[in-house]
Amino acid sequence: MSGTINIDGQNIPFEEGQTIIEAATAAGVYIPHLCHQPGYTPHGSCKVCTVNVNGRNCSACTFPAVEGQTIVNNSAELEQDRRRMTQMLFVEGNHFCPSCEKTGNCQLQGVAYHLNMLDNHFPHFFANREMDASHPDILIDHNRCIFCNLCVRASREKDGKNVFGISGRGINKRLIINSDSGQLKDSDIDVNDCAAHICPTGAILIKRTGYQVPIGKRIYDHHDISEVALMEEREHGK
Amino acid sequence: MYEHLETAENPTTLKRVVVDPVSRVEGHGKVTLLLDENNKVQQARLHIVEFRGFEKFIQGRPYWELPVLVQRLCGICPVSHHLAAAKAIDQLVGVDPENLTPAADKLRRLLHFGQVLQSHALHFFHLSSPDLLFGFESEISKRSIIAVLANYPEIGLQGVKLRKYGQEVIRMVSGKRIHGTGAIAGGMNKALSKEERDYLLQDIEQIITWSAAAVALIKKVHTSNLPYYDDFATIRSNYLGLTKTNGALELYHGGIRAKNDRGETLVDHFDYCNYTDLIHEEVRSWSYMKFPYLTSIGKDQGWYRVGPLARVNICDFIDTPMAEAARVEFKQHSGEAMVHSTLAFHWARMIEVLHCAESIKTLLHDPDIMSNDLMATGEKRYEGIGVIEAPRGTLLHHYQVDENDIVTKANLIVSTTNNNMGMNESVRQVAAEYLSGQELTEPLLNNLEVAIRAYDPCLSCATHAVGKMPLQLELIAADGQMVDKLVRHSDGRFEH
Repeated sequence: MSGTINIDGQNIPFEEGQTIIEAATAAGVYIPHLCHQPGYTPHGSCKVCTVNVNGRNCSACTFPAVEGQTIVNNSAELEQDRRRMTQMLFVEGNHFCPSCEKTGNCQLQGVAYHLNMLDNHFPHFFANREMDASHPDILIDHNRCIFCNLCVRASREKDGKNVFGISGRGINKRLIINSDSGQLKDSDIDVNDCAAHICPTGAILIKRTGYQVPIGKRIYDHHDISEVALMEEREHGK
Repeated sequence: MYEHLETAENPTTLKRVVVDPVSRVEGHGKVTLLLDENNKVQQARLHIVEFRGFEKFIQGRPYWELPVLVQRLCGICPVSHHLAAAKAIDQLVGVDPENLTPAADKLRRLLHFGQVLQSHALHFFHLSSPDLLFGFESEISKRSIIAVLANYPEIGLQGVKLRKYGQEVIRMVSGKRIHGTGAIAGGMNKALSKEERDYLLQDIEQIITWSAAAVALIKKVHTSNLPYYDDFATIRSNYLGLTKTNGALELYHGGIRAKNDRGETLVDHFDYCNYTDLIHEEVRSWSYMKFPYLTSIGKDQGWYRVGPLARVNICDFIDTPMAEAARVEFKQHSGEAMVHSTLAFHWARMIEVLHCAESIKTLLHDPDIMSNDLMATGEKRYEGIGVIEAPRGTLLHHYQVDENDIVTKANLIVSTTNNNMGMNESVRQVAAEYLSGQELTEPLLNNLEVAIRAYDPCLSCATHAVGKMPLQLELIAADGQMVDKLVRHSDGRFEH
């Protein structure tokens, strides 16, 4: 079965089983997102992809496309909501873009720029989070984790392992490692695993590779994340 | 000297005069004077009132972050911190300076010459030229680059363009004018493209001409105001800096040389990795900045000065012809083995600008800077030390890491720290010789700032925006009303 949905006045076709964000991406319509990645089970945790479907706010990455939906994607109100949610992600962790090796390649930074985020708005939590540098080739900087679950899904769905999990609730939520010691060095992660490369921020990094890509050659140096996401994700959908 | 003015005997009975903040320097500092009933200066101090804490909060970070993280110490000479940290982390991956590839070594030098050129031009033209062109006690409205541009448009514009050229060198090598990347452990992350090389080459002859004109200008200002310029804020001191193996002026890598006030060599070709055997730092309760000294001489007599005056003083020669000719003239003018005039810092600084311009030209004609053989490797080590001659003097970064590549200990001795005692002595000299016993006025107090400014102290940092970051600029009038607003959106659109 297929049909048509309407996003911001534009009729967009969809295929049976597609979510709103998948149909939108296939049609070249960008909906900001962080925890969504084509090829991974939808998670719906970051809420940045919130759209208004027939008068009700939903996550575009989890909500199925259904015939006759009238969807608002670009509105001042939604942009403000998305900006506030992104600002919350910034203040919950410790994101120091100026010295972060992911800067220029970071999806969180890219989305913040796209949403014209000019400040953090909310007071910083200054959370006391630690690093796990125990693995010889992979570094986890918990300061930059936004709990998108992509590493959890990648390890489980792509690598056939269960290296990561999210534990706790609210401000006690944290990324945990499936090993006796709780340290990455004692897990069965490998530097070539998808889970080691999927992080949209600078939370999971390959050691000793930082800053090797010069300024001007980084992913978002010359292109807004909306252009990059559409290009990469439409390619994935082909 | 003037040490007796560091601490007055009965400070509570004295009148306090404060210059706060010291203007037209990088960062925040203040000068306090304590005067008796006859306006005689009894105590004079330069206080550095900011505390940064970099040495502490870089602990726990992975070492490869260091060149990018610590350069945020400063917005004027970030390249110096970037390169000093890079030299230190080279050692952590087992690469010593002589083992860098020729391309990486020359690109770093090019980056550094661009940095010294722009920083010196900024200091001389934007910050100090108002004092030098209009007089130390000129009216306050004249003490800015705006007044220089209005009254000496050619000089002002040359200064602005000289600085711009240095910034462009930095941008071509490191991707951004301020806070770029470039140096990574064991090498560089990019070579110069032919287009970038050609872009820099097109203006280099003009830059050399303007640099030579800047040397001529400060020479004229200095020699037409003798003996005042040789006496003002002048103190006799030891001098310290890096030199090449052959004794030439060196800014990127060399051994430490120190000479005393008579020009006698105290130490030469000293391996900076053993710096703890050479230098100790003393803490004094009234300033956040430490007081380094040569251990062999002791803290009372072992303090030294660094920076352009020190470097031009201690080197045997400069290996670029125009700067060398300028150095010879510079040394001859004093009639002594060492030039002690504090205002001669400006003259020496412009000689270095000329040296940088000549050196940039040489490097731009060197094909190695376009080679992609950029990285060297070696065996992991747990300790790295990098020393560089920053615009303001000898800069030292020292790091220790653990088996997981995490920084466990850091020590940074920044250029301005080395000049702490020198600046304080110069402040005390001016206070004692030029201010003491007079009714203090604002223009008179500027003399203190002129003395400090000669050292080009960098007391702080600045931060800047990157890439596609959206920005909003608001112009607010004194009454709080917004006069104008300019918005740059993330897609590059500007909205007025």
